[in-house]
Amino acid sequence: MQIYLPIAEVSVNIFLLLGLGGLVGLLSGLFGVGGGFIITPLLFFIGIPPTVAVATGANQVVASSVSGVLAQFRRKAVDVPMGIVLQVGGILGSGLGIVLFNWLTRLGQVDLAVQLAYVVFLGGIGALMLQESIRALRRANRPGAVRPRDQSRKLVHRLPFKMRFRTSGLYISVIPPFLVGMTVGVLAAVMGVGGGFIMVPAMIYLLGMPTKVVIGTSLFQILIVSAFTTLMHAITNQSVDVILALLLIVGGVVGAQIGTRLGAQLKAEQLRILLALLVLAVALKLGLDLVLPPSEFYSLQTGRAR
Amino acid sequence: MILRALLLLILMTLPAQAERVVAGISADNIGITAAFDGSSVLIFGAVKRDAPEPEGQLGVIVTLEGPPQKVTVRRKTREMGIWVNSDKMVISSVPSFYAVASSAPLDRILSPETDAKEHISVPVAVEAYAGPLGRSDGRPFAEALLRLRETSGAYSVSERAVTLAADTLFRADFDLPANLIEGEYTARMYLLREGKVIDQTYAPIKVQRIGLERFTYALSREQPLIYGLMSLSLAIFAGWAAAAAFRMIRNS
Repeated sequence: MQIYLPIAEVSVNIFLLLGLGGLVGLLSGLFGVGGGFIITPLLFFIGIPPTVAVATGANQVVASSVSGVLAQFRRKAVDVPMGIVLQVGGILGSGLGIVLFNWLTRLGQVDLAVQLAYVVFLGGIGALMLQESIRALRRANRPGAVRPRDQSRKLVHRLPFKMRFRTSGLYISVIPPFLVGMTVGVLAAVMGVGGGFIMVPAMIYLLGMPTKVVIGTSLFQILIVSAFTTLMHAITNQSVDVILALLLIVGGVVGAQIGTRLGAQLKAEQLRILLALLVLAVALKLGLDLVLPPSEFYSLQTGRAR
Repeated sequence: MILRALLLLILMTLPAQAERVVAGISADNIGITAAFDGSSVLIFGAVKRDAPEPEGQLGVIVTLEGPPQKVTVRRKTREMGIWVNSDKMVISSVPSFYAVASSAPLDRILSPETDAKEHISVPVAVEAYAGPLGRSDGRPFAEALLRLRETSGAYSVSERAVTLAADTLFRADFDLPANLIEGEYTARMYLLREGKVIDQTYAPIKVQRIGLERFTYALSREQPLIYGLMSLSLAIFAGWAAAAAFRMIRNS
């Protein structure tokens, strides 16, 4: 059954979209990520224009993070002041990202920029995660090994504008969380992702936040930033396709529940290795597309006739 | 006397107009709904004659043309090891859709002179819009445009797709793709003999979004803020509803 998407101006199979949403929901339930990094490339792949894919991806992230953040709030696992500092940076970053995105669209380099960002960030994070989880697996087999101490935490303590974050039990400068938030905001706007896969490691390793509040605070920040991004894309590019978003969300909700059940049957280390491999596979595929000669050297971009 | 002279004059000019084309269209209004999955248009007609059929092969050509668009053609080249869009050509107005159907191979019923005058074949029709594409640096871009659009089915030629019965009745079926652009489409019908046009007519077809599609699209263009807030509320509500529903399932 086909459905005509009013903004993307293409007709797509309704079950394909529900399936894509379901797949992403499955991943987010299984690994605790938003899944934006996988939905946007998949939407490119089925022929949704890049601008629509990125903007609609952000809208889908809003839905998936709402249900997550509500559960985290009930567990009191959200550091609200930290979230607000991250958000101030995030909204600034998102605004910058939109300007950058629109400029790249005019230059005709948006596909390249999005692909490069994916290759660099997914490749980097995937490699780090794989290395870390393999080390964790070894450590689990060899008790008594010492956890390496992080050096960057010292820098965080030397910067000015210190603030107390009670839930996280931290007394640090607001500059690092502000910068982390801003980076994620730019990425959210350009890549159509929530940025959880960057935010979570940055909070643990750069800010030294306790793991139990990381997921909730990251979801809280991602929710606000992706909501802002969606709105900005809707206003400046008019590229949010609400019908597309709705279908992805419906599929995603169901997938997330299946993912959560599946996830409960696997070990945390195994899950992280699987996620790392998945992230690396996406990065590798996109990287090869950039390096290998394309099958078609020309591309068309249409606009309104003058 | 004057009347007779006038009649004679008309009769003398008539041979060129001895055959006329009368045409109809299956739908002059196509609505794009949410369930839109392409559409087909039937264009049919008859040849009206006041005199016996003249010599030479009769040809019928039907074209269907979509609303114009601005198209930017980009070319990738290898820069520092990766493939990047490096050159472009902007064509300010070119048909978004163009299909030609004919009763016989085009080169047998259409002379190049007539084609140049009436802009019938695909490259000639596109060039009529875009201006000369044959500039030394623009040629590969223009060829790429035609090739990509032919591959995607936006531009097509179907020779012998017009069925001609007893040199009098004809019909042509066009399949419109699922990714149709809104706007005014034009169907043109040509009656040809020995490469020259004897008669022609055209008919407009309006393609527009209707119902929910129209509402959504119009809202996104005219009230982007409200549209954005609506998309957000839907997403937030869906997220909340999902969390609430699954909590209920788990608790029960």
